[in-house]
Amino acid sequence: MGLPGCAKHPEKPNAFISPTDIYAMAKLTINGESVDLEFDQDTPLLWVLREQAELTGTKYGCGIAQCGACTVHIDGKAVRSCVYPASAVNENQEITTIEGLAKDEPHPVQQAWAELDVPQCGYCQSGMIMAASALLATNAAPTDEEIDANITNICRCGTLQRVRAGIHRAAELGRKAQS
Amino acid sequence: MNVFDKVANIDSEALSDCASAVSPQETVDVSRRRFVVGTGLTGLGLSLGFTLPLTARGAHHEVEEINAWVVVEPDDTVVVRIARSEMGQGTLTGLAQMVAEELACDWEKVTWEYASPAESVARDRVWGSFGTGGSQGIRGSHQYVREGGAAARMMLIEAAANAWKVPVAECSALDSVITHEPSGKTATFGAMAAAAAQLVPPEEIPLKDPADWTLIGKPKKRLDTADKLNGSQLYSSDLRMPGMLNATIKACPVRGGTVASFDASAVEDMPGVVRVVPVEDNAVAVVADTFWHAKKALDALPIEWDRGENGSVNQADIVATIDEGLTADDTFMGNEAGDVDGALSDAAKRVEAVYSYPFLNHATMEPMTATAKWTEDRCEVWCPTQNGESALAATAEAAGLELTQCEVYKQLLGGGFGRRGATDYVQQAVLLAKEMPGTPIKLSWTREEDMAHGFYHPITKAKIEGGMDAEGRLTALRMRISGQSILYGLMPERLNGGPDRLIFQGLAPDGDHAISYGIPNLRVDHAMRNPHIRPGFWRGVNVNQNAIYMECFLDECAHAAGVDPLLFRQRMMEDNPKGLAVLNAVAERAGWGTSAGEGIHRGLANCYSFGSYTAACAEVSVNDAGELKIHRIVAATDPGFAVNPQQIEAQVQGSFVYGLSALLYGECTVKDGAMEQQNFNEYQSLRLAQMPEVETIVMPSGGFWGGVGEPTIAVAAPAVLNAIFAATGTRVRDVPLKGRNLRA
Repeated sequence: MGLPGCAKHPEKPNAFISPTDIYAMAKLTINGESVDLEFDQDTPLLWVLREQAELTGTKYGCGIAQCGACTVHIDGKAVRSCVYPASAVNENQEITTIEGLAKDEPHPVQQAWAELDVPQCGYCQSGMIMAASALLATNAAPTDEEIDANITNICRCGTLQRVRAGIHRAAELGRKAQS
Repeated sequence: MNVFDKVANIDSEALSDCASAVSPQETVDVSRRRFVVGTGLTGLGLSLGFTLPLTARGAHHEVEEINAWVVVEPDDTVVVRIARSEMGQGTLTGLAQMVAEELACDWEKVTWEYASPAESVARDRVWGSFGTGGSQGIRGSHQYVREGGAAARMMLIEAAANAWKVPVAECSALDSVITHEPSGKTATFGAMAAAAAQLVPPEEIPLKDPADWTLIGKPKKRLDTADKLNGSQLYSSDLRMPGMLNATIKACPVRGGTVASFDASAVEDMPGVVRVVPVEDNAVAVVADTFWHAKKALDALPIEWDRGENGSVNQADIVATIDEGLTADDTFMGNEAGDVDGALSDAAKRVEAVYSYPFLNHATMEPMTATAKWTEDRCEVWCPTQNGESALAATAEAAGLELTQCEVYKQLLGGGFGRRGATDYVQQAVLLAKEMPGTPIKLSWTREEDMAHGFYHPITKAKIEGGMDAEGRLTALRMRISGQSILYGLMPERLNGGPDRLIFQGLAPDGDHAISYGIPNLRVDHAMRNPHIRPGFWRGVNVNQNAIYMECFLDECAHAAGVDPLLFRQRMMEDNPKGLAVLNAVAERAGWGTSAGEGIHRGLANCYSFGSYTAACAEVSVNDAGELKIHRIVAATDPGFAVNPQQIEAQVQGSFVYGLSALLYGECTVKDGAMEQQNFNEYQSLRLAQMPEVETIVMPSGGFWGGVGEPTIAVAAPAVLNAIFAATGTRVRDVPLKGRNLRA
């Protein structure tokens, strides 16, 4: 099981010298910025975002793509980052996390969420908001059925009714912004 | 050593220990002490004006507090201190509304911070209980938090009157401005705060008449939303601090089992691994630079478990024990009236049924987590806890230090539902930190660990017999509950062989969980059967099953008697006008007695719990394949005073998500002593596609303070189950439904 070439730093026991065959230095484009990050080849994007990029708005809930708390966008599409290897993302792909969703002003989903006081504990809400904003990007006015089919995130507090209302309201806000 | 002992006794023993250490000159008379800063044993305290330690929000006040509840900054910002824990239920906003109501401040200037548990100990528990469970957040603290706001207002007014050399009676406060009516002079709260802080707190603190409330009862937005929308809200699992290491842990999957051996050498050289650490006798943790490295190494770590005597227990064994209890003689009486045996014998019609309710995991979205830093003379913990004082007691115990050498920095919870009243994860984090003095250790559980080591909703069954007279009135009800006691599981010595009164929630003779119905001949008793699975308080606690037992069984009786289920209940609620009012409200709004639409059927449920009246009407359809669709729920609640109606509505909606998740999918089962379900794929939650429209009727009748976070969950499952019967003619008595063919 021991991995050769991985030794602890002699003077700084909490720092680590990493074997080059394990770690990779990669460029990722996160929230519009190109960053150099070092991570194991098999590290899920979630943990690279949380631990290397220090963007903790994206949450761990299950690690098996069931709950959606880890949802981010890759090139605008919703991705459950807990099962998506960071090494599968290339520099030309745009990763957007909750921290980068708002541009000049809050995203319509964020505005709608504030208006309707959607979050309760809030832990799942980054993922909810990212899933909702990805849906609205391809479907400006989703029906209830389309929302049901596309937003499958889990919220244990039970904000779902306001999540649905929030998506409809965000769609309205989006249309107003267009017109 | 059972930490719950210490937790349960913190009011008495632990605190009396601390109190005796407080210097004598600080023990001023009791009426004043509430608002006087005691000399902190943490080294923070001066008689007035002190610096709070880093709180969840990073607040750091150099300015003086007016009293324990209220800090006013020079710019008029009002910081309300919150002792109860915010886990999504909105309590911090409601508590702040109550303080602000009496303070007469501008709501737009209100912000909040958590009170410090250690400081509370040092200040003679100035903030009262930190416990956040039993739907007590508002109803358990409304009096003293309003007094806190009122006292601060009185001191601000007095400070202004002193400055202007005018009688206090000529001054008043509104929207953070003090006015001297005759002269028209005004001053802001911020300008008077420093002077107010020097004044002697008032002895008599009159409170507003509810009729004069302008903030309480208003649908105010939550105070904690903005940061939850952009990723900036830090939860305990998000904390980073200099030198911090990450840990994740595996405990023996069987309660009572231990670690037989593990081979640290197999993973010590894996990337990022710092140490492999045994924790107590039942767990092993890997400490690494990152969580991901810790998890990878822990997954690879060879561990041999000694599963112990519980390792051979299976679900069928537990069920068999509970079945035996359904007819056993060793019982505790919960509620008794008349002659139930005689009345059943004499009944014109009898109905009998057995219902069951499974183990459930809380499954908070944020798995258990805590960060601890230990040195020889101090231990600090950052954690999401439902009880700051319990967490502090657990910290002190695990750290081997006095309470006064410890501090707990409460973080917003990523869900609680009762799970985070326990402190197992806090103790683990402290024990890990103790192995690496001076290094902050963040312990993060995986979802799998969280599913394996819950404090599960207890398992029970009920055997119920009912008797009706010729007019179809219920004359007798005999209910035997058999199964697990939460209190026995958590603190057996406190029960001392006696009954667990909580088992009778919603069925009790009186109190906050009194039975809703007048039934002339009644017996509800409990055969306590305790499996080895660790039980806990799960949102709604025992009304989850008791309301199914009662409300579904009443529905059976009504149908057997050929009486409309609404009328059947109404006849028994003459002495329960508030309960009847909420039941009638949902029936009326739902259109009970009229068609719900093609193929759509209705079911009713009603319950009184946590001091609030709730009722629901569900509308469902079941297609030819036996698949359920829940179309609409109408729910009503009367919590007495409704502090924030829009948050009550959110709690009612959320109660249906949590309660219907349990009804549709929730079940933990035991195999070889351990829980079988390991993640959300095996323990599903209701998602948007299954979410019915919930119409909430908040109908506060005033005059009492009932709970909100839990009561409505009671009616979620039985309303739907009764609607399923109306749709199919087949009674479901065992939950969850788990996609079963409801027409089979």
